[in-house]
Amino acid sequence: MGDSARPLLQACGIVKSFGHVRALRGADFDVNEAEVVAMIGDNGAGKSTLVKALAGVHQPDEGELRFLGEPVVLPDPTAAQRLGIETVFQDLALAPDLDPAANLFLGREVVKPGLLGKLGFLDSNAMAERTRSAFKDLGANVQSESASVASMSGGQRQSIAVSRAATWANRLVIMDEPTAALGVVQSAAVLELIRRVRDQGISVIIISHNMPEVLEVSDRVEVLRLGRRVARFRSRDTSMDELVAAMTGALVQEDA
Amino acid sequence: MTAPEKTVTPETGTESAPSRTGVLREKLQQFLAFASLIALVIFFSLANPNFMSWSNVSGILLSTAVIGILALGTTFVIISGGIDLSLGTGMTLAAVTTGTFLSVMGLPLVVGVVGGILTGALMGLVNGFNIAVLKIPPFIATLAMMLIAQGLALVISGAAPIYFSGVEGFNLIALGRSVPFLALPNGVFILFGMAAIAAVLLSKSIIGRYTFAMGSNEEATSISGINVRRWKMTVYTLSGAFTGVAGVVLASRLNSAQPALGLGYELEAIAAVVIGGTSLAGGKGSIVGTLIGALIMSVLTNGLRIMSIPQEWQTVVVGIVILIAVYADNLRRSKEQ
Repeated sequence: MGDSARPLLQACGIVKSFGHVRALRGADFDVNEAEVVAMIGDNGAGKSTLVKALAGVHQPDEGELRFLGEPVVLPDPTAAQRLGIETVFQDLALAPDLDPAANLFLGREVVKPGLLGKLGFLDSNAMAERTRSAFKDLGANVQSESASVASMSGGQRQSIAVSRAATWANRLVIMDEPTAALGVVQSAAVLELIRRVRDQGISVIIISHNMPEVLEVSDRVEVLRLGRRVARFRSRDTSMDELVAAMTGALVQEDA
Repeated sequence: MTAPEKTVTPETGTESAPSRTGVLREKLQQFLAFASLIALVIFFSLANPNFMSWSNVSGILLSTAVIGILALGTTFVIISGGIDLSLGTGMTLAAVTTGTFLSVMGLPLVVGVVGGILTGALMGLVNGFNIAVLKIPPFIATLAMMLIAQGLALVISGAAPIYFSGVEGFNLIALGRSVPFLALPNGVFILFGMAAIAAVLLSKSIIGRYTFAMGSNEEATSISGINVRRWKMTVYTLSGAFTGVAGVVLASRLNSAQPALGLGYELEAIAAVVIGGTSLAGGKGSIVGTLIGALIMSVLTNGLRIMSIPQEWQTVVVGIVILIAVYADNLRRSKEQ
């Protein structure tokens, strides 16, 4: 992860207002190829808004996004998906009554070959098979394949959501507080999953409030405050105190 | 990298336990509905020996046909998180259309039948458009359609029944006995045929998958790149086509299109769906359950009638059964939270 890493997705001077609320006031953000970047900041710093702009959910009022150096416009999440960008939203975005395979393939169903497929018949075996191998590759511990997601633990659900994003993303997975609702052991499993995604050459942006977790899983940290980027750090060169100082405004980097 | 894995493995062993009971609970629901049906059948056959006579059983099955076909279509709508109150009068409008094509205009039989089904499908499409595109809540949109269909049926028919006496073979659609060895009217086989189609669509095809997905989490479905508007309209159109089939079967059974008949069928159909274990909150349900629910409704109606319970009290009993079914649905949902 040297300085020579190519920038994958960049946000430059993003401004976004909701009514009178200026959520983003010229925010910058960078994620390079095959790295885990943590986006941190106090409540109201604009993290979720910025992430939604990167995922194609929100349209910036000003500023631009660049993908591999080229300006891009992401009018909807599908446009981001076409670039290989998948997002795990905070509210999980799973269909709880469907089983893990149906969730993994939601919107990308595999149909049977030939005429049956043209009529819209699903190839459930193929999808179940590929789901099993996706879980295996990522080390996700989801065992009951025929049960609905609603009957599973928070950790298993999060594993499904992350696996789903990792299966379809070939460039970038964005995760908004993936461990917020999880216990210690389940969080560790999700962090391990994030590392495996990175090891497959896919970049990860993770929003988190948990500083030890941020330092543990990320290669770099970018700090937002009041709708702007105020600091960036290399995770192995920084400390919790420094991160908290940046979040609260006690520390400001001129070149951030 | 290996350390966290070691700590994770033992926990997941216990985590898979609740999902197994979840599957069991779903099976238990269907079993309970089926057990209630058997209990009702035993109760009524003890109360009156005529109940189990072949002619009565055949009658029960035939009367299940109309409610059952309506309930099959509305199962899709309810699983998708919607509701359709225009089923009953929509069915009447489809029957009146068929009557107008065949008896008044003298068109060929097949044109009348297809016309009735398409009338139902068109109403479903309009419902779907109002709900998915104009964002009118399903309850209101289909309540309005209920009135529109009722009014149109009266206008087109001149508020008088249309008889099919001059249309050769029309009453054979529901009442003929085309299947050898099984002495049951065709209406019963139409019901089971439609149920088979519905079951395959719901569990094996993409429309069924998206029906469950929309009812389970509409936002997630939309974020996944699925065109929710289009699929909602498809679901309502499909349900409308089932309504149209029910209209043709009812008209054939009565050998007439009765413009004043139909109101109230929607509630019986919805009750059958809920009794069968489909959740009014969407996301859960099955065709087998709906079929059992429809049979429970008609066994109940028939049994009470055969026991000479007055019509007014039959309505009261049906109302109470609907309350119990919806309450049971609430219980199931609160347990899952």
